[in-house]
Amino acid sequence: MSASLEKGIHALKEQINAPVASFFSSCVRCGLCAEACLFFTETGNPKYTPIHKLEPMRRVWQQEYTFWGRFAKALGLSKPVTDKELGDWETLVYDSCTLCGRCSMVCPVGNDITYMIRKMREGMAASGHAPEGLVGATKLAVTVGSPMGVKLPALQAQIRQVEAETGLKVPVNVEGADYMLLLSSMEIMNFPEFIGAVAKILDKAKVSWTISSEAFEATNSGIQIGVSEIAAELVQRIVDAADKLKVKNVISPECGHAYMAIRWEGPNLVGKPFSFRVVHVLELLDELRADGRLKLSSKETQRLTYHDPCQVSRRGGVVDQPRRLMDMVAENFDEMPESGTMNWCCGAGGGVSSNERADDLRLQVFKRKKAQLEAVKPDALVSACSNCRIHLEDGLEKYGMDIPVLSLTETIAEHLADE
Amino acid sequence: MSEIELFNWIRGPALQIATLIFVVGVVVRILEVLVLGRKQDLSEARGSGVAGGLRTIISRMFPDRGTLQRSTFNVIAGYVFHVGFLVTLLFYTPHILLFRDSLGVSWPALPTPVIDATAVVTLIALIAVLVHRIQHKVMRFLSGFQDYLVWLVTFLPLLTGYFAFHRVVLDPQAMIAVHILSVELFMVVFPFTKLMHTFTLFMARYYNGHIAGRRGVKT
Ligand code: SF4
Ligand code: SF4
Repeated sequence: MSASLEKGIHALKEQINAPVASFFSSCVRCGLCAEACLFFTETGNPKYTPIHKLEPMRRVWQQEYTFWGRFAKALGLSKPVTDKELGDWETLVYDSCTLCGRCSMVCPVGNDITYMIRKMREGMAASGHAPEGLVGATKLAVTVGSPMGVKLPALQAQIRQVEAETGLKVPVNVEGADYMLLLSSMEIMNFPEFIGAVAKILDKAKVSWTISSEAFEATNSGIQIGVSEIAAELVQRIVDAADKLKVKNVISPECGHAYMAIRWEGPNLVGKPFSFRVVHVLELLDELRADGRLKLSSKETQRLTYHDPCQVSRRGGVVDQPRRLMDMVAENFDEMPESGTMNWCCGAGGGVSSNERADDLRLQVFKRKKAQLEAVKPDALVSACSNCRIHLEDGLEKYGMDIPVLSLTETIAEHLADE
Repeated sequence: MSEIELFNWIRGPALQIATLIFVVGVVVRILEVLVLGRKQDLSEARGSGVAGGLRTIISRMFPDRGTLQRSTFNVIAGYVFHVGFLVTLLFYTPHILLFRDSLGVSWPALPTPVIDATAVVTLIALIAVLVHRIQHKVMRFLSGFQDYLVWLVTFLPLLTGYFAFHRVVLDPQAMIAVHILSVELFMVVFPFTKLMHTFTLFMARYYNGHIAGRRGVKT
């Protein structure tokens, strides 16, 4: 067995716990999960069946953690997982899974398949079978602090621009602020309006907040690629910055995977509960709304619908908040069929967008979103994730659909009441 | 061994051995899962994991609308054969007497014609499920030897029981012996195959619902 394969198998063994064992023990191979996965529904290829993406890991479980499997292994009757096999699975585990979590909602025996695919990536990365694009992004995240290589001066330049446009001060490194805002590189580079929107809203709501110059990146490539040590290091940077500035709350930006990383995986990665609370920006806006600190002077009149970023709603639990905010800001808000926790993924999450090899596939599976949108025919599509947004724009363009994509936070900021 | 001795062996020692393998096997498989444990989740919960877990145990009995629409046959046939199998197993008078004698508990039976009809429907559903498994591209792709074996050992007790009840194919005593033998086969195969889902799905649903429930997601 090669050293890298050994590392991979070891990593897989480490990942197997009671939930995983209960899931593998329960699978009846009914195939229902296939119909829940956009990679199957849009390609018709059975190899994209969610549970099949875990086949090597299932065999490791069977051979290592079941009496019968160990018995067969001792007699030399079982087929060990090979390096070639893991190599063959690379595209299934990374290119054709966005960790969207939809399969985990439909499996009749209750398998959280997504939870296992996330774990399987640990074994894939350890055995050297992670996609190049993700390896590159992860390296940049560790060395530069951002998967897109965004450095502090770039953020500072965007902040100056935002300050000039809004006439507001964007507070940086303010000790003792109540909230510390995190951002995704995508927001910094492609949607700096988001920073301006947050600045306006928090200024009106009189919230004390800041950005740390030492840890502003919220996304976590370590999770997408499946290397927990790196993921933990990236989370630790945020924890250190929050401690240094003595903030009580950390705001996750719209970006779904960033929210998953800092809100749900974060404390588990660093091995201890946070001393601060993590809120998703939409959660915060909804709290401000409930407190009467978020007031609007007008509403959007065009017909709007809302795309749930998977990690924000289905995997993250921020489901009702955006709907209350949509009702507040839109006169004409219509839900797509199968929205909320059953929403269909845009096709680019879970590291798929950083993996060029998957570009054609992610646009192919966008047809699912297209069909959902055609059922509603909105004038504009609102979402809450810059990664979704880029891909949605890409997909809409590819299929010749003229629907602008808006950020919910930015849309709200545009309608803020003056006083 | 004479025929009588063989029948007696099937009803006696063989049944005991099969029951032992079944019980020990199931207990071992469940323990194998539980001993792996899981780390405590250190993130701050938004909702109750326990409530989510318990809710999902129930809620996963019912498919979401999309799944029902996209996989109508699979869902309906699945319900029919599961319910049919359990009804014939648990509400047929001779079975209840057997449970009373061995476990000391009993409950009211359903009228025999109802059981008869249920058995027919269940047999048809199982055949339909098999044909579906062979024809449906995803199910065929996912299926291996074990899936067909499990189908067979589930089908045989129903079929032989049906024959025994109607006194066809073999003489009644022999048919009942064959029926018991098929049940023994089912019990022996059970702990080593996906039939284990009967028990482990409660854990699977609980864990899934627990993870989601902490995050404030209803699954
Ligand atoms: S839906 Fe669940 S039980 Fe059915 S094949 Fe998929 S993982 Fe297995
Ligand atoms: S998590 Fe989403 S993309 Fe991945 S296998 Fe499940 S349904 Fe498919």
